[in-house]
Amino acid sequence: MSAGTVPAAFRIDARDNVATALSDLPPGRVRLLGEAAGEEIEAAEPVPRGHKLALRDIAAGGDVVKYGVPIGRAFKPIARGGWVHLHCLESRFDEKSSQLDPATGVSRDTRY
Amino acid sequence: MRPNELVWRGYARKNGKKGVRDKLLVVHTVECSSHVAGKIAAAAGARAEAIGFAGCGDNAYAVRVLASLVRHPNVGAVLAVGLGCESIQAKKLAEAAAGEGKGADWLAIQEAGGTLKAIEKGVASARRLLAALDNTPRVEMGLADLIVGGECGGSDFTSGLAGNVVAGRFFDLLVDAGGTAIFEEILEAIGLRDLLAARGADAEVRRRLGAVYDKALAYCRAVRQYSISPGNFAGGLTTIEEKSMGAVIKSGNRPIQGVLKVGVPPPRPGLWLLDTTPDPHWTRYGISNPNDNEGLTALIATGCHLVLFITGRGNVVGNAVAPVVKVTGNSATFAAMGDDMDFNAGTVLSGETSLAEAAAGLARLVAATAGGEPSKSELLGHCEYHIPYKYQDPDPGRSAPGREE
Repeated sequence: MSAGTVPAAFRIDARDNVATALSDLPPGRVRLLGEAAGEEIEAAEPVPRGHKLALRDIAAGGDVVKYGVPIGRAFKPIARGGWVHLHCLESRFDEKSSQLDPATGVSRDTRY
Repeated sequence: MRPNELVWRGYARKNGKKGVRDKLLVVHTVECSSHVAGKIAAAAGARAEAIGFAGCGDNAYAVRVLASLVRHPNVGAVLAVGLGCESIQAKKLAEAAAGEGKGADWLAIQEAGGTLKAIEKGVASARRLLAALDNTPRVEMGLADLIVGGECGGSDFTSGLAGNVVAGRFFDLLVDAGGTAIFEEILEAIGLRDLLAARGADAEVRRRLGAVYDKALAYCRAVRQYSISPGNFAGGLTTIEEKSMGAVIKSGNRPIQGVLKVGVPPPRPGLWLLDTTPDPHWTRYGISNPNDNEGLTALIATGCHLVLFITGRGNVVGNAVAPVVKVTGNSATFAAMGDDMDFNAGTVLSGETSLAEAAAGLARLVAATAGGEPSKSELLGHCEYHIPYKYQDPDPGRSAPGREE
């Protein structure tokens, strides 16, 4: 696979422990753009476009850092290369954020 | 590009202000007069725009927004259309416009003798006011004369990586050129109290930024709703803190000069935060941030000549009083919604342009739009606005020293 066909993720700040997928990432090699451009990482599972990929192991209770600031708390351990979203990351402010469907983001406790 | 080379011809107002459009505003003062006002504006032609407030009851906030919009520098003339029994006084809106040297007239449907006679009277009045606008003197304008707002909506992961980043760079350029930038959406700063407060230009502004943050957080806690939606989650944003960081980036990096309330224009150039959240009040009315048009209207009522609307997923709206320039950081959205999008900031993600090049390109587009080139939403006839019932104290620092309002 040439560099041009290896999918890319964007790291905004050097302190970040996640990067954003610029296209759907299948498991396998991922190029990093932005800060620390040129590095590569291995995606351990599929990561949808626009979603986050862990750049390091993150312990349960640890900060997930993007833009150089904490954007929430891992409520279970996240492995390097893993998909980071509603199933493992919660807001420190919005108590609803861990009750949402990870695929659609729709609240699971609203009845129609 | 040298920012001070970006000049265009604006409209000189008798109160000394400069506008980038020369509109006739046809204002309804209650929903009951909106049909007549809309018919008058439609008959009067392209430079006439219809706005108004739906409520019949008294609301000082709505009056302040309407009064600010009739005084807006993009407005050359005002025709206020009332039913005749509502709280908001058409005559007083016309007098507010006349007091700034603008052409102004008003009518009440009950006095005019009903729908048809009011429309006939209003159309004749609108045509007289529009004819007078042909003589509005022109004046040279540059970035130092300009007040630009920043709003984001329909955000996706590209907003914080590209769209808002390029808008923030442009705001730095605008402020450095002596211009004025206003950003809002304090509800999308949740999680960033220290970071936001640290950007205040002095200790009093830092205190005000902390206070406005605390008010926004208390509001979110009370309503159990943060400014994040299923579309944001599906697009990859996980928490309000993450969305906040992507949103606050659109303010750029310059010091924040103060906190503005809706309808109170900035007293001097620089970067300002607009507080659109309701202040504590016994009625508790006012849902903050009901839709993007409310934010756009609030920015324009606070004096913005033009607003940058940064949208990842793609919103289509414009505004009745000021041009809206839509910026997307998502090249796919730019391609799919090309009729609606004005600027593609996604080129910084693909590496086609640098951040500085993209910001300079956006500055040229802003100058061209201010100079009369229609934005995409203007071309498509978008003229949205939204004015809700709300309570805000426009002068909260009256008893406190060092206030900015």
